[in-house]
Amino acid sequence: MSLNGWLQIALFIALILLLAKPMGSYMTRVFERRRTWLDPVLVPCERLLYRLTGVVPTEEMRWTQYALTMLIFSAATLVLTYVVERLQLLLPLNPQHLAAVAPDLALNTAISFTTNTNWQAYTPETTMSYLTQMLGLATHNFWSAAVGLALAIAFIRGIARREMKTLGNFWVDLTRGTLWILLPISVVFALALVSQGVIQNLNPYTTATLVEPQHITTTGADGKPITTTVTTQTIAQGPVASQEAIKMLGTNGGGFFNANSAHPFENPTPLTNFLQLLSIFLIPAGLTATLGQMVGSPRHGWAILAAMTLLWFVGVFTCYWAESQPNPLLHNIDQQHSLTQPGGNMEGKEVRFGIASSALFATVTTDASCGAVNSMHDSFTPLGGMVPLVNILLGEIVFGGVGAGLYGMLVFVVISVFIAGLMVGRTPEYLGKKVESYDVQMAMLYLLIFPLLILGFAAVTVLMPNLGLSSLANHGPHGLSEILYAYASATGNNGSAFMGLNANTHWYNYSLGIAMFVGRFMMIIPMLALAGNLAGKKIVPETAGTFPVTTPLFTILLTSVIVIVGALTFFPALSLGPILEHLLLHAGNTF
Amino acid sequence: MSTASQAKGRRSLFDKKIIRRAAIDALVKLSPKTSLKNPVMFVVEVGSVLTTVLLILNRFTHHGHFRFDLQITLWLWFTLLFANFAEAMAEGRGKAQADALRLAKSETTAYLVSKSGAIEEIPSSQLRADDIVRVIAGQMIPGDGEVIEGVASVDESAITGESAPVIREAGGDRSAVTGGTRVLSDQITVRITSNPGETFLDRMIALVEGAERQKTPNEIALNILLAGLTIIFLLAVVTLQPFAIYAGAPQTVFVLISLLVCLIPTTIGGLLSAIGIAGMDRLVQHNVLATSGRAVEAAGDVNTLLLDKTGTITIGNRQASEFVTAPGVSNDQLADAAQLSSLADETPEGRSIVVLAKQQYGLRGRELAHLNAEFIPFSATTRMSGIEVDAIGQATPARSIRKGAVDAIAAYLLAHGSKLPDAVRDSVDTISRSGGTPLVVTENGRALGVIHLKDVVKGGMRERFDQLRAMGIRTVMITGDNPLTAAAIAREAGVDDFLAEAKPKDKMDLIKREQADGKLVAMTGDGTNDAPALAQADVGVAMNSGTQAAKEAGNMVDLDSNPTKLIEIVAIGKQLLMTRGALTTFSIANDIAKYFAIIPAMFAGVFPVLNKLNIMHLHNPESAILSAVIFNALIIVALIPLALRGVSYRPMSAAALLQRNLLVYGLGGIIAPFAGIKLIDMLITTLHLA
Repeated sequence: MSLNGWLQIALFIALILLLAKPMGSYMTRVFERRRTWLDPVLVPCERLLYRLTGVVPTEEMRWTQYALTMLIFSAATLVLTYVVERLQLLLPLNPQHLAAVAPDLALNTAISFTTNTNWQAYTPETTMSYLTQMLGLATHNFWSAAVGLALAIAFIRGIARREMKTLGNFWVDLTRGTLWILLPISVVFALALVSQGVIQNLNPYTTATLVEPQHITTTGADGKPITTTVTTQTIAQGPVASQEAIKMLGTNGGGFFNANSAHPFENPTPLTNFLQLLSIFLIPAGLTATLGQMVGSPRHGWAILAAMTLLWFVGVFTCYWAESQPNPLLHNIDQQHSLTQPGGNMEGKEVRFGIASSALFATVTTDASCGAVNSMHDSFTPLGGMVPLVNILLGEIVFGGVGAGLYGMLVFVVISVFIAGLMVGRTPEYLGKKVESYDVQMAMLYLLIFPLLILGFAAVTVLMPNLGLSSLANHGPHGLSEILYAYASATGNNGSAFMGLNANTHWYNYSLGIAMFVGRFMMIIPMLALAGNLAGKKIVPETAGTFPVTTPLFTILLTSVIVIVGALTFFPALSLGPILEHLLLHAGNTF
Repeated sequence: MSTASQAKGRRSLFDKKIIRRAAIDALVKLSPKTSLKNPVMFVVEVGSVLTTVLLILNRFTHHGHFRFDLQITLWLWFTLLFANFAEAMAEGRGKAQADALRLAKSETTAYLVSKSGAIEEIPSSQLRADDIVRVIAGQMIPGDGEVIEGVASVDESAITGESAPVIREAGGDRSAVTGGTRVLSDQITVRITSNPGETFLDRMIALVEGAERQKTPNEIALNILLAGLTIIFLLAVVTLQPFAIYAGAPQTVFVLISLLVCLIPTTIGGLLSAIGIAGMDRLVQHNVLATSGRAVEAAGDVNTLLLDKTGTITIGNRQASEFVTAPGVSNDQLADAAQLSSLADETPEGRSIVVLAKQQYGLRGRELAHLNAEFIPFSATTRMSGIEVDAIGQATPARSIRKGAVDAIAAYLLAHGSKLPDAVRDSVDTISRSGGTPLVVTENGRALGVIHLKDVVKGGMRERFDQLRAMGIRTVMITGDNPLTAAAIAREAGVDDFLAEAKPKDKMDLIKREQADGKLVAMTGDGTNDAPALAQADVGVAMNSGTQAAKEAGNMVDLDSNPTKLIEIVAIGKQLLMTRGALTTFSIANDIAKYFAIIPAMFAGVFPVLNKLNIMHLHNPESAILSAVIFNALIIVALIPLALRGVSYRPMSAAALLQRNLLVYGLGGIIAPFAGIKLIDMLITTLHLA
């Protein structure tokens, strides 16, 4: 670990903490329909949209209606993407004449982008046309993020409202989130990216002649080696910058290219890398301030942000530390950090980012449900690679995905308040709302679906040699990590891949598709039910006897509950995956 | 009555009789019908049955590791039995109390008054509501009812444990009588108000026995949390086997079930119902009877306490504390007139004036009969009382003395052609402002001075209100006094607020207002006019001495009729909730250590490197798993006293409470099992059990 590395990490979190309040205040204004400086431009657009669609912006929705509208919207856009994928050969903007996407892959991808997962079981530059990327995928990057935002705001309203049956209007929240928050920031961000060299065009792929021809030897069908000489390279092009901005800001993570943010056209410089990191946490961090403001307890927002920051720090410290360790299998080789070498584990990392930025990126992208990568998590040390896996397994609530992180965190808050709230001798209360059996039921349902999908699918997969294990590039504990990571990433709507697993098979496409779909929508329903129930409750005024949710003690409590629930659920599986791999590595075994 | 008072007294926690009965009940409770009610313990039961069946099968097929498997199976059953034992203990304590109460419920003869007025002897068990019975001195009152005629002293010690007899009379707020109590003097006619099996005593017995026990809302919520956690752990353990097979280290059913039972929250799951029963039991030990567990929980949540001034904050009655003379009147003159006018006044205030005159001025009591005097009692129209002493046959001149409220006396003086001197008026104001009640004394049309009647605030009330404030509870004093007097007493007692000149409707409005703000309100009451407010309040404690209507309206009855007890009731409610929270936290925190015991033990055989996770250095895999299972079972027994007594509770703010309890039960819950499991491991290694 180096001072330079730590300075980058410190600067990153300092900026996030600084931006949280202004960002949060702006979002509060947007969702409470108060004046903002963008109103002169956007209000007419908003009105026009409502007039065209027949939405009555003042109409309030109950949680059931809110959920149903959200599901219908998601289903419709899912179908749109599926159709575009299947018909892309007939549609324009396909200069490479890429064929229609296979049905299982098309479905998997449509689910993946609708659910804000952006799991990619394909290589984008050889699978998706420009139109598919723009109309089928980039649109979802906006919509799925806006849906997440709307849901978080609905949940906050559930806490803030007193004896009301409704949570707001889904169409209004969706529209305002997109127009006021996602679009303007994405435009500015995309321009900044272009200035740094991110490409933005609709050209056919370029062919370049290699300076030095490459000789590649493969084994033919008859068992004899075949040598081919490669003299040219195809360089993929496309409208990258416009998609890159929302990919990060909306915590989507689906790369325009297979190499994702490790590709020089997506993430060319350390500055773009830093901006991409910032944009992942920008909205999630701001939402904590929005929460504090909308429920009338700004300090509660800060307490939650503190818990997130604490968990983030433990993750980034562990990951950076693990990746900076010398490889125990390389004896008598200098692996120390110095001016001339980074030291530690550089496998799978971009030289222009180095260990600190890669470890930070891996932590941040999995804390939030982003899933963009600038290094290959599969090549991390066992403990370094366990950090992204654990981040996802905790439920992606450390800042978390746009909206999804906050409402996930709030479900944990409800559980924490319930467990510890009894200890102050009152029926547990969260910001004046009594936490009762229905609330606990919905919160537990939310918590249960997550391990059910991850552990359930992973357990079934490891028992199937043909369908499950044949896709593995590595066996032993590392193979288990790869499978666990795939289902965690899908269920948690992260979308990053550990790599080393060929997921473009029928089993994986369908099972991961189910994991993504259920992991998103089946968790949203109990969450909204909880919000709807909370909205209907009275608010008990705060007294000295009220359970404190603004103190450092609460932050510690919340963090402990998250860690203990997560650890208790997944420790057995992890002990046979990354933990065992780490111990075996130090005993001299690799996989 | 000795048995009843025994029941009231503090029973030792481990009464031999109760333990014996509980041990038997623990076995009876193994029936699946009972255990299904508790999802956590049901999983343990299913696990125990599974291992037992497998143990027998393995014996025939010569599989498995019999010594280890047998021990695991036995300890699983013990876990279940310990949890059942805890519940049976709590119930047993209640049953002991119920048995004592049943003695009071013995069959008696009722003297039924028929419509014609004839008296018929029937067994008390045949009495129906609205029957009329006559009870004379020495007889047992045959059922709950209301005195409709007569007045009698009644021994209610069978219910309250209080040996001093109480007066029960027709009309007013002391008309309710309870079946099983004994009339000591006089005779009363009682209208029975409950049918057989529904009497107060029946309800009380059912309640302490736990027969009618329904899960409280909070308990249901906690049960859902525990069931949810159980499912999560079930998932973690069930999916571990495929991962273990993949890793090449499959596990036996015994080991997997051990892990599952250790992880699911058996500690709180096993003690949960015991905590609830014990909370109710503690309330009964304080001589408070709640109609439901829900009311006890609500007591813990109370935000506002409405306390009647008289009897709760102040000693029942006002007492004369001082004589303030008018200009030109001597102390002796005033004291003499005051005493004389009060000699026949049987009210506590009147008596206190006589006492003050004797203490301060050495005036002895005189016999009215010798004075040839006529006592003029207080009436609502004159709002004065007094005495007319005839001069005939006496050495002294005729005296006409009046005492009363300042307005009444001023009017009286005006009618007699004189005026209330300003100095007297000033004294009146000073006394009023200080919270006292002024009584002006006149003799023969001349104001002599003022008697200062003072409300005496009970000792230690200020400290109690301070404690309540620290807990976030606001106290509101309810009084019929004028705002000036009320403010002064409120200040002296240290309450947060007061409601002066309160009429029943004002009280009701106050409760509704507080509830509209989302607050929970507790109050006490005894009169029929309190009934609507008692019903409206979240916690309504009726005094046992009160009317039947009040008792029906409230959700608790205080058998001692002590309104201050509301504060204890709140504490009991809080303690109940805290005990649940503390043991839940402890139970979940325990799991961390169990992982570190069991996971390395499961896989260290195939992957010796995993022994690095064996941070407790447990002797071998079998001893490690066994230790964890044994610890998990024994901790239930170890915590039974805590569950029955409740966690220690001192009034403090929520933040301070949380900090303390998180430290003790959260951090303690993480650390304790590490030490416990290590100790058990050392023990079973020494005994060569594994």
